Amino acid sequence: MLALLVALPILAFFAILLGAPARQTAIGACALNFIFGVGSMFCWNADIWDFSVRVLEKPALHLAFGYYDGMSLVMVVLSVIVALAAVLSGKAPEGSEKLYYGSSLLIAAGAIGAFASTDLFFFYAFHEMALIPTFLMIGILGRGDRRGIAWKITIYLGLGSLVLLVGLVWLASLAGTFSIPEMLANKPEIDLAAQKGIAALLIIGFGTLVSLFPFHSWAAPAYASAPAPTSMLHAGVLKKFGLYGMLRIAVPLVPEGLQVWLTPLLVLLLGNILWVGLVTISQKRLDTLLGNSSVMHMGYIFLAIAALIAVPGNTLAVPAAVVLMFAHGISIALLFGLADRIERSTGSLDLSDMGGLAKSAPGMAFLFGIAAMASIGLPGLANFSGEVLVFLSAFESYVPAEGLGPVQIACILSIWGVVISAVYMLRAYRNIFQGPVVKSTEKAADLTFIDHIPAVILIVALLAVGCYPNILLNFLK
Amino acid sequence: MPAYYLEALTVTLGFVILLAEAFVPSKNKSWAGIAGAIGLVLILILAFFAIGPNEKPEAAWAAWPLWNFYQYDSLARFYKVFALLTTALVLLMAVDYRKVLSRFTENPESEEGTGEFYSLPIFACAGMMWMASAKDLAGAFVALELVTITFYILVAFMRRNVGSLEAGVKYLILGALSTGFLVYGIAWIYGSTVTMRLDLMPAAISGMENTIPLLFGIALVLVALGFKVGAVPMQMWIPDVYQGAPTPTTAFLSVGSKAAGFILLIRFLTPFLEDGSPVRTQVLTILLILAAATLLFGNLAAIAQSNFKRLLAYSSIAHAGFLILALAAWSPGSESAISSVEAVSFYLATYLLMTLGIFFILAQVRIHRDGEAISDFNGLGKSNPALALALTVLLAALAGVPLTAGFIGKFFVFQLAVSAQLWVGLVIAIIAAAAGFYYYFKTVRAMWWIEAHDESVIKLPTISKIAIGALTFLTLLFGVYPDPILALLR
Repeated sequence: MLALLVALPILAFFAILLGAPARQTAIGACALNFIFGVGSMFCWNADIWDFSVRVLEKPALHLAFGYYDGMSLVMVVLSVIVALAAVLSGKAPEGSEKLYYGSSLLIAAGAIGAFASTDLFFFYAFHEMALIPTFLMIGILGRGDRRGIAWKITIYLGLGSLVLLVGLVWLASLAGTFSIPEMLANKPEIDLAAQKGIAALLIIGFGTLVSLFPFHSWAAPAYASAPAPTSMLHAGVLKKFGLYGMLRIAVPLVPEGLQVWLTPLLVLLLGNILWVGLVTISQKRLDTLLGNSSVMHMGYIFLAIAALIAVPGNTLAVPAAVVLMFAHGISIALLFGLADRIERSTGSLDLSDMGGLAKSAPGMAFLFGIAAMASIGLPGLANFSGEVLVFLSAFESYVPAEGLGPVQIACILSIWGVVISAVYMLRAYRNIFQGPVVKSTEKAADLTFIDHIPAVILIVALLAVGCYPNILLNFLK
Repeated sequence: MPAYYLEALTVTLGFVILLAEAFVPSKNKSWAGIAGAIGLVLILILAFFAIGPNEKPEAAWAAWPLWNFYQYDSLARFYKVFALLTTALVLLMAVDYRKVLSRFTENPESEEGTGEFYSLPIFACAGMMWMASAKDLAGAFVALELVTITFYILVAFMRRNVGSLEAGVKYLILGALSTGFLVYGIAWIYGSTVTMRLDLMPAAISGMENTIPLLFGIALVLVALGFKVGAVPMQMWIPDVYQGAPTPTTAFLSVGSKAAGFILLIRFLTPFLEDGSPVRTQVLTILLILAAATLLFGNLAAIAQSNFKRLLAYSSIAHAGFLILALAAWSPGSESAISSVEAVSFYLATYLLMTLGIFFILAQVRIHRDGEAISDFNGLGKSNPALALALTVLLAALAGVPLTAGFIGKFFVFQLAVSAQLWVGLVIAIIAAAAGFYYYFKTVRAMWWIEAHDESVIKLPTISKIAIGALTFLTLLFGVYPDPILALLR
């Protein structure tokens, strides 16, 4: 069945190529996926989701999908939710509908494929496949210096993926299999030298894809430039691939190697939270602000991963990382979707020449307010559950008598990040929605009923997980 | 059916087409190319029924001394099929390219001077097929020369075009030089092992004390074969010859000639790389150096190119680098791991699909836009979206994007290099592959992002349309389901 979730967007893509109405086909495929994906939450343990075809005899490669555990399920659900919201909220430029919706579908298929794959080869391959439409979307339909930015992500992500490929191939050759469940079931004994090497490659490889400091400089300009569905899907879903990979592959299989790199990793993730956080405060446009903020929040998820590396039996870390990944994916998609809507009705995203939009567009102000609060981490919204769990997981098996370890110090420093988020988010909200009405916001049109749908889908998800995080936590036991 | 029938039939087909073309009066010579392609496909089907002496030892022909020069195994069959398929596609490409060909002959108005262009590749094909079965250095040399001499003519075929002539002269001089290296190298190897037969080589070299004369001979032969496959430092001819030669010839050089060079390289190197060979480490070191230099040169020099055909020339050098890296990480394979030979063969098969697809497109762009620069692809995404999409897929495959066939080839190479722990080679391969993303996507960018100066729609001839569609489809199919290619090797 999971193969269907991957195949549907791809089939819809080909249908669009052959002349099917682009928007309707894309929405139809994503809505079906949404139904199947969310539906699978109720029976994810059943065998019907598994699918496997052998495509190569040696090394044995399988085009195989399945829910290995609740983490895959949550990521797939995140993908289908964001994919539906992305195709619903975007508006294609005249004459580029095929490209716009076709690319969005391919990115969605790549993300779902990567999270649902139980074969290392296809896990990697599906993610890579999604990068091509991203590149094309930014290069063709992007804003600003779209060509320069498209090059930048090609080089960064291309190099990052190649480093990752070497790490994964090395790991698979030592494990003797490409099947992820097999690998995890009988963990290969890898000597420390190889573990160190593999861990370094995986941190750099996955890190580049997740925009870990200092490999992050592609992300903010790319999201700022990309058309709305692309930044929603990439920042919301596809980028989580690297974090998912760390949790699924790196931490269980090369734990000792990662421990060697724990301190550097903590320094880097603080770079994400504090350094990029400060950079975010100084942004003058909403799109680059959101781009940077999404880079910044990756630091928290890495903190949970670091907590897991430091304390291998940490029971809180995986749920923390997964809930925060889900929350961040939904909230950033919501923010990018609304930013696109703001730009369409005011023609600007420059924080300094906006103001008073709440008067002409109260609906937009309300939704954006919720999204901003979620992003800051207000209780009742999913991000809060995630962040609290992350901070708690950092203090798991902390013994006060022994003093603070590196993870705890990093955690204390990173709590300052919450303040930083509050500063830039509230400032952005004030600059855009409050204050005197200016020319660009004077006649801005508010959201129509249809426009509300994608935002409401996302907000419902945020509220549900925020008020009752057990929805997700039950899958992660 | 004994396997040597295949070569005999191919040569016969070549003669028949040559004579028919000379004696049948016709204005339009395209039938010769189509007939040649059909004939080759028929021979290709026969290749699956051909057998060697081991499968029928009681037959009279099985006792012939021919089998001292000639072998038929699954590897030979794979490369024979490869050569036949490449040649058939090149002939079809030539059919659609004949307007340009005839423009540079004595009588530009008619196709009088283009007839030989359909029979010469068939002779080269026979040579490549023989190379796939090489078992003896003398026999291999003769087969190689049959291919090379045919190519001298094919490269300079547009005889009223300065570029084509220049390419022909360059290829002739450097080709002759490399032949010299080859013969000299074979002489040294014979001198130190007293045999030319590759199957007797392991016995002849085992326990050899002074390996320097042998290594000298191997190095010389590697130089000559490096010329064929386009490895640094024998790559100098590639950009100019590729650019000057008629596009079907370039495609043939880039795919057929390279693959033939690699099968000969594999046949030649296998005895020296087997366990127990006294020169194994040295040969692997030479190969690693060749691979590293080829990868760096091919990929970095490609970045600066603005002519698409020249870009493909450098890309062909770059791919040779990946293939040699797979050989440098020599592995006989195991139950769960692929061998170097399988990896190289698979890589070449996918390279055939991608490269020939691109050359089909390039030939049509050359005809309609009258140029081969990357800027001639500007705006193709608007005027011909389907064609541009096919080219995007093919270029992405060459760059090694996953879920295309090109990725799996690179994946095998990486896997072999990791298993052999060639870290230096791996770092260079990563740099090379990243550079590849840059220069292949330069053309993608031209097609989709840059406004066209010529917005006319390119109308594809039927043969090209079918060929491009099929090759693109197969590139995607084998990217997800690669087993059939490897099944052909078993």
